[in-house]
Amino acid sequence: MAATEDRRAQELHSTISGTEVAPLYTADDVDLEYERDLGDPGEFPFTRGVYRTMYRGRLWTMRQFAGFGTAAETNARFRYLLEHGQTGLSTAFDMPTLMGYDSDHQRSLGEVGREGVAVDSLADMETLFAGIPLGEVSTSMTINSPAAMLLAFYVCVGEQQGVPRSELRGTVQTDILKEYIAQKEYIFPPAASLRLVTDMIEWSTRELPRMHPISISGYHIREAGSTAAQELAFTLANGFTYVQWALARGLDIDEFAPRLSFFFNAHIDFFEEIAKYRAARRIWARELRERFGARDDRSLLMRFHAQTAGVSLTAQQPEVNVVRTAVEAFAAVLGGCQSLHTNSYDEALALPTEDAVRLALRTQQVIAHETGVVNTVDPLGGAWFVEEQTNELERQAYDYFERIDAIGGVVAAIEQNFFQREIAEASFRYQGEVERGERVVVGVNRYVVEEDSPPPLLRIDPDLEPSQVERVRALRARRDGPSVQLALERLKADAGRDGVNLMPAIVDAARVYVTLGEMCDALREVWGVWREKPVF
Amino acid sequence: MARETGLLSKAKLRVVIAKPGLDGHDRGAKVIARALRDAGMEVIYTGLHQTPEQIVETAIQEDADAVGISILSGAHMTLVPRIVDLLRTRGADEVLVLVGGTIPRDDVEELKRLGVAEVFTPGAPTSEIVEFLRAHAQP
Repeated sequence: MAATEDRRAQELHSTISGTEVAPLYTADDVDLEYERDLGDPGEFPFTRGVYRTMYRGRLWTMRQFAGFGTAAETNARFRYLLEHGQTGLSTAFDMPTLMGYDSDHQRSLGEVGREGVAVDSLADMETLFAGIPLGEVSTSMTINSPAAMLLAFYVCVGEQQGVPRSELRGTVQTDILKEYIAQKEYIFPPAASLRLVTDMIEWSTRELPRMHPISISGYHIREAGSTAAQELAFTLANGFTYVQWALARGLDIDEFAPRLSFFFNAHIDFFEEIAKYRAARRIWARELRERFGARDDRSLLMRFHAQTAGVSLTAQQPEVNVVRTAVEAFAAVLGGCQSLHTNSYDEALALPTEDAVRLALRTQQVIAHETGVVNTVDPLGGAWFVEEQTNELERQAYDYFERIDAIGGVVAAIEQNFFQREIAEASFRYQGEVERGERVVVGVNRYVVEEDSPPPLLRIDPDLEPSQVERVRALRARRDGPSVQLALERLKADAGRDGVNLMPAIVDAARVYVTLGEMCDALREVWGVWREKPVF
Repeated sequence: MARETGLLSKAKLRVVIAKPGLDGHDRGAKVIARALRDAGMEVIYTGLHQTPEQIVETAIQEDADAVGISILSGAHMTLVPRIVDLLRTRGADEVLVLVGGTIPRDDVEELKRLGVAEVFTPGAPTSEIVEFLRAHAQP
């Protein structure tokens, strides 16, 4: 008993992000005015939720991220998930696709179809969505640097199926700023990338009214080791930057702002996460109205997807991850997410098996249908601790906004490695706390067991890569060479000129089976590539 | 950068932390790099998106005692053996090769058979890596 108490005394009482937590909160601890700070759900500043009825009216979208191997295999996984009650699709692409290389590029060696599905051209996209009517599903695509090309492939598949553009629904991640900051899947320098993102926002606003052309993402910032406040602040700062670029393009705020969407992490510190989502909604609504002059309420709504924290999963006693994921998902739901991905318990070891994915989906279904938390909106609203944490995260976010402004904005801060240093600092602090036993990770630094028999893991077929390489080479041989050349010349010409939206050139190139790698190479030629100075 | 030749610095381990392939998940690499530096080692971090050739070149140029390869993309069975082979070809087979990342257990055995000294999977404390290097790398 005494030993247990000693160890308990060693443990920190701050949040996982390092924010101090008092042993008790009362009304005296919180500065709170209902109308100003909370408002009813569906009303400014939307702290309590973006919709009046929230899950009473409609549950969140259960959207499991899937993608591995070939387009045909992923297509089969998509159909499996739809059969099991999933309501939206979410596509994971492999590393070469994310980095804008074709499968037969030298840099793609060993990476084809490993972490997601390999898509080299419209031909692969046709296979990926075969038998899935695009007018009836909403599809999310996790792609950033080459987001415009993948969106173009999707639009072309829609054309082939005879679905009007106005009926295509879904989200393309497109958030390049967090790539420079955290996930590092960048190709072009920041200014060129931002031009491409703005082209997408402008074109989608006109052509794809039900598509979200960008999902401004804190998820990867958090996975890179940031604190909750950093995730919140850097994501919002990135969001403001996209808004500024779109406004500079001459777009009307109320035309495009309703199409901006967000993506946050659902980490293990339960109340801190809930507070983070609530603070995010409040800050976004306030800044969009007061700083950017939005008038339409829909422009003020921060709608977000959440995913449980991959970084919180352990390779040790992996079945315990089911519990972590359930707690994290619960926080996302209490925080008012619009869609949710729950990680599978085997993901610290490999891509998930079908059984593991089903269990993860079942976790959401239990929360939705058995726990009763969906019956009332923002059930934690007014809890002194939660409101104080919401205020605290907001304070910390504004503190960061000032520091970023002082540096000269997000792009300048990226160039000066500001974000990268802040995140590295936070993740190193956390690692130290775990190693000193000040933070307990069950199964890792406490309650460790010897025999860990690994669960059955998903193996990627080693013949996949050569067959995908063969496929893209065969495509190059059979398509119409002169139209490909013409399309690439036009793309380069348009990329070299200001004031031209690149999307039409990209869609036309996609339609004649110009590959992703060829389009990206054309843009690399015009814009150059980005290299970061590594810091640790 | 010229290598110091004093007796004390001679005992300092030189470690290259490398990120091969296209994967940009560098949290682990950076935490390890910093922990090794804090433990008194000379750490060179290659940065992202390195080819096996670039990593081996850096290891040789930097006169590294060990190379720590951080990889989370699933491409480890392609990229790591190439690095080990290239080190051998270039006559640098005394360089200790460590791997960190999401590596399934079967692959861990195979990588060790191919010449990797140790594989650290998620949750491995940095202190364990420091100790391993001190015990096995030769400055």
